[in-house]
Amino acid sequence: MNYSPAPILIARDLTLSFGALCALESVSLEIHPGEVLAIVGESGSGKTTLLNALYGALAPDAGEVRFGENGELDRCVQALPRQQLRHLHRSAWGYVHQNPRDALRMEITAGGNIVERLMAAGERHYGTLREKALFWLQKVEIDPKRIDDLPGTFSGGMQQRLQIARTLISHPYLLFMDEPTSGLDVSVQAGFLDLLRNLVSEQRMAVILVTHDLAVARLLAGRVAVMQRGRIIETGVTDQVLDDPQHPYTQLLVSSVLPA
Amino acid sequence: MTIYYNFAYLDEGTKKKIRRTLLKAVAIPGHQIPFASREMPLPYGWGTGGIQVTAAVIGPEDILKVIDQGSDDTTNAVSIRSFFRSATGVRTTTLTREATLIQTRHRIPETPLHAGQILVYQVPMPEPLFKLEPRVSETIALHAMADYSLMYLKLYDQITRYGRIAIGYEYPVIVHDRYLTSPSPIPAYDVPKMHMSPALQLFGAGREKRLYAIPPYTRVIPLDFTDYPFDPVNTRQPCALCGAVESYKDEIVIDDAGNRQFICSDTDFCGQRR
Repeated sequence: MNYSPAPILIARDLTLSFGALCALESVSLEIHPGEVLAIVGESGSGKTTLLNALYGALAPDAGEVRFGENGELDRCVQALPRQQLRHLHRSAWGYVHQNPRDALRMEITAGGNIVERLMAAGERHYGTLREKALFWLQKVEIDPKRIDDLPGTFSGGMQQRLQIARTLISHPYLLFMDEPTSGLDVSVQAGFLDLLRNLVSEQRMAVILVTHDLAVARLLAGRVAVMQRGRIIETGVTDQVLDDPQHPYTQLLVSSVLPA
Repeated sequence: MTIYYNFAYLDEGTKKKIRRTLLKAVAIPGHQIPFASREMPLPYGWGTGGIQVTAAVIGPEDILKVIDQGSDDTTNAVSIRSFFRSATGVRTTTLTREATLIQTRHRIPETPLHAGQILVYQVPMPEPLFKLEPRVSETIALHAMADYSLMYLKLYDQITRYGRIAIGYEYPVIVHDRYLTSPSPIPAYDVPKMHMSPALQLFGAGREKRLYAIPPYTRVIPLDFTDYPFDPVNTRQPCALCGAVESYKDEIVIDDAGNRQFICSDTDFCGQRR
């Protein structure tokens, strides 16, 4: 596949240890505009640590993450002042947590949760905020009548969709997702993945998706990076990696998936 | 045996330190400055912060007025007034226009303040974000980044639940176009009096160990939405004693049958009109 535009994010030689445990060892990768990259691997392989280092939530011991929108990777996540990093996190980037309760404000209504980013960006018209909240509720297939309900009254799948709406309302160009489907049961997962795929292609976002579920990677991702013990051991186009794995560990990972 | 205290109870070193903190607070309007709050001879919540500020700025020539919920004659006001009378020997008054220094709990006098006066607020909770964000480290970061979307989220939720911004007291304000500041638990009705006030406004929170200030002629803007503007409530009933309509009223139960009267909460203002 040919991602012609220049990358929007590059990580070079990220290394990070937690004491004696080496969580990331010289990890490098690139993300191009509009592509979905899945990071797969078993539990403890460093997927979420890598995601958080890319996002700027964890500082690596060595290496850097550079990014930029217009083909110039002129900014470095690690060197960014905290205020700018926060602004980035609340507008041009988004992060979707595995557990929606980590992201949602449970004491604030669904509508309020959805429009928080708009208020942070300076929207001061209540009527406009309501309209946007209703629009995004419909977009993530939640009944607009639930706009004034608290997230705690929502099912797990609805909470996850609420988190998506709350994140995508600022039209981020880069989305970080940490196991967004793991907390959902299988029937809900299918619908959620379908919604996610549509939104990602419609919004022209790039996505870095951490998952241990190869089926999710196959459905959503154009490219896959396979991690083992803090290293990326194989990377390539999803179908190629999953159908014809080269590295013995990837072969093991692919062969250990239960047939549906 | 007679016990002699220093002028205004606190020792000179402590007063000097508080004044230095107040200077910093005046220099950064609306920004909370930590200070080493002292033990005072009354419990937290009764005005230990306000008393320390008053003690630090009061001089022998000052004329002191102390009000509690607008009243000069409630326990808190009477005891703080007599405390300073005995600890400084300054003249005290109930007349707003005559006072040079006014310590207040939960009201701004109805009589407009003039240049040269100092208004000292007793503040139970200086941090306006405290009920929205429990981590102090995080609220400090939010102030540093001027990120007040959490407070707007609260306003959004209020309109959603009650159809209007239903904050009756401690209405959040932006001071000098920068810091989100708690005006202390004064009624929302009093907030416009803070805006461009000719008087210096000092805030002391004893338990929370924070001071902040609004210098004279400073912009104090209540938070709101363009389609739900700031609209404080007050009863339209006139005062049962003086007939004032525009003043802020207390609703007082006057007998066992539950009959009520609205009376000016500012006793000096009400008394002057009768």
